[in-house]
Amino acid sequence: MNIKKTNWPITILLCIGALTIIFPLYLTFVIAVKTPVEMAQSIWAFPKVFHFENFIKAIEMTNFFNAFKNSAIVTIFSVVLTVLTNSMVAYAIARNMHLRFFKFLYYYFVSALFIPFPILMLPLVKQMSSWGLDNVVGLIFLYVVFGLAFNVFLYVGYIKSIPKELEEAAIMDGASTWKIFWKVIFPLLSPMNATIAILTCLKAWNDFLLPLIILVDKDDATLPLVQYVFQSEFSANYNLAFASYLMALLPMIIVYLFAQKWIIGGLTRGAVK
Amino acid sequence: MAKKHTFYVMTIPAMVLFFLFQTYPTIQGIFYSFTNWKGYGDWEFVGLDNFLRFFRDDRTQHAYSFTFGYSILSTILVNVISLFVALGLNAKIKFQKTLRAIYFLPNILSVLIIGFIFGFIFSHVIPELGASLGIGLLEKNILGNPNLAWIGIVLVAVWQAVAFNTILYLAGLQTVPMELYEAARIDGASRWIEFWKITFPLIAPFFTINVVVAMREFLMAFDHIVALTNGGPGTSTETISLLIYRGAFQDGDFAYQSANAVLYLIAIVLISVLQIYFLQKREVEL
Repeated sequence: MNIKKTNWPITILLCIGALTIIFPLYLTFVIAVKTPVEMAQSIWAFPKVFHFENFIKAIEMTNFFNAFKNSAIVTIFSVVLTVLTNSMVAYAIARNMHLRFFKFLYYYFVSALFIPFPILMLPLVKQMSSWGLDNVVGLIFLYVVFGLAFNVFLYVGYIKSIPKELEEAAIMDGASTWKIFWKVIFPLLSPMNATIAILTCLKAWNDFLLPLIILVDKDDATLPLVQYVFQSEFSANYNLAFASYLMALLPMIIVYLFAQKWIIGGLTRGAVK
Repeated sequence: MAKKHTFYVMTIPAMVLFFLFQTYPTIQGIFYSFTNWKGYGDWEFVGLDNFLRFFRDDRTQHAYSFTFGYSILSTILVNVISLFVALGLNAKIKFQKTLRAIYFLPNILSVLIIGFIFGFIFSHVIPELGASLGIGLLEKNILGNPNLAWIGIVLVAVWQAVAFNTILYLAGLQTVPMELYEAARIDGASRWIEFWKITFPLIAPFFTINVVVAMREFLMAFDHIVALTNGGPGTSTETISLLIYRGAFQDGDFAYQSANAVLYLIAIVLISVLQIYFLQKREVEL
């Protein structure tokens, strides 16, 4: 092995490139802690005093904690239900692909990858409201369903790579299919469960279109929807708007800072499949 | 045979939910595209009227040409940039972990909120910068100009999409065996030749995935358009998704927009199939 020296030109270029990512976030932060007067002096200068009262006002205006609670409920339930239901159906499919029914089911689910959402958007809105699902519960159902196509694709590919011998040994011991799934297969799926949990979490937390068209009650609004709804009221005061944006972005950024390696690993696993 | 029975039971929850919330509304969408339903009240069949109206409707045609133009340009930019970033991140560099973490960050952020933040950058920060540097071109908000607003849309889309595509390329680069580079270097190959003869052919499958994934995302663009321009000025940056949403929910053009969505479905399927076909053919030839 020849140990190469650090490539400084590339390091410097990448650092400059990274500024284009850091700058908008830096800007969001400094605007969020300034007053309109300070902002008139300079938009991007680092503030001398942090005006944290902007956050308090933004919390009151947008009912932040309520929106946070809605986003958290939607995200947690979507992730748990997605991992449970999607892995189960994928296991049944992966182990029975030689049977016509399961093969059909596989292509039936995966074909949805090609169906653009707008085609079902309009009837779906009518359906959700007439079934009383134009709320947080309905949203959770939809995230579980709309992830299915891609998740089944990932899970089936992964389960096929798990040797059947483990299950056969369990069958010898008289374990039922349910028991095999929960005790043998599901734990082995952990890396893929993590990948799918991350993908579902990002989707459910950041999604804007579904909450926009499905939710009726203002109290059900999720964080992105709240930012949209309050846009017009914020227009007079950018500092409050940016304080609100920052609070909506922060939970994910914090999670990312702590679980960054894990998240990137999970996304890569999904990609390489 | 109790075992097989259980497998069928396992498929029931997903299958029922999928049919109710995916297939059933899709069938309805296709069905209503042949009617004149407004989203409420009575309706009757109108045959292919909605589809024929598409060819007389400038607004819809503009949405298609804008969406395709924007998607193709963004796909090219994203793939070029993220390939360079991935090559850089894969090289022997300082602060590798920190830089990777920064470059992946946009992937976890809400597109809508990013759109709002960039909207402010285009309307306030860049004009102020232009004024202080005396560059007249930058002094006006590009999002307010029907001929330039697309640039802002493309920039934000690319800014965010580079993150995920870089993850994919980096995963691809890590599958390339180092020995190949060492062999090439002994043969005196330049960096340029190394890239085109070794790296690129070996990560070609990742190139295929990236182009297909990126293009699909861009063709569906909605969130950041709403945040940046809301389709404006006028309808100059209106994408197909946004048009269907507005046409159906704001203008009550439910049936016509259903037909529009059916055409959109056909376009997306055709593009995806063509892309996979041509790009995979290239992979084999390489």
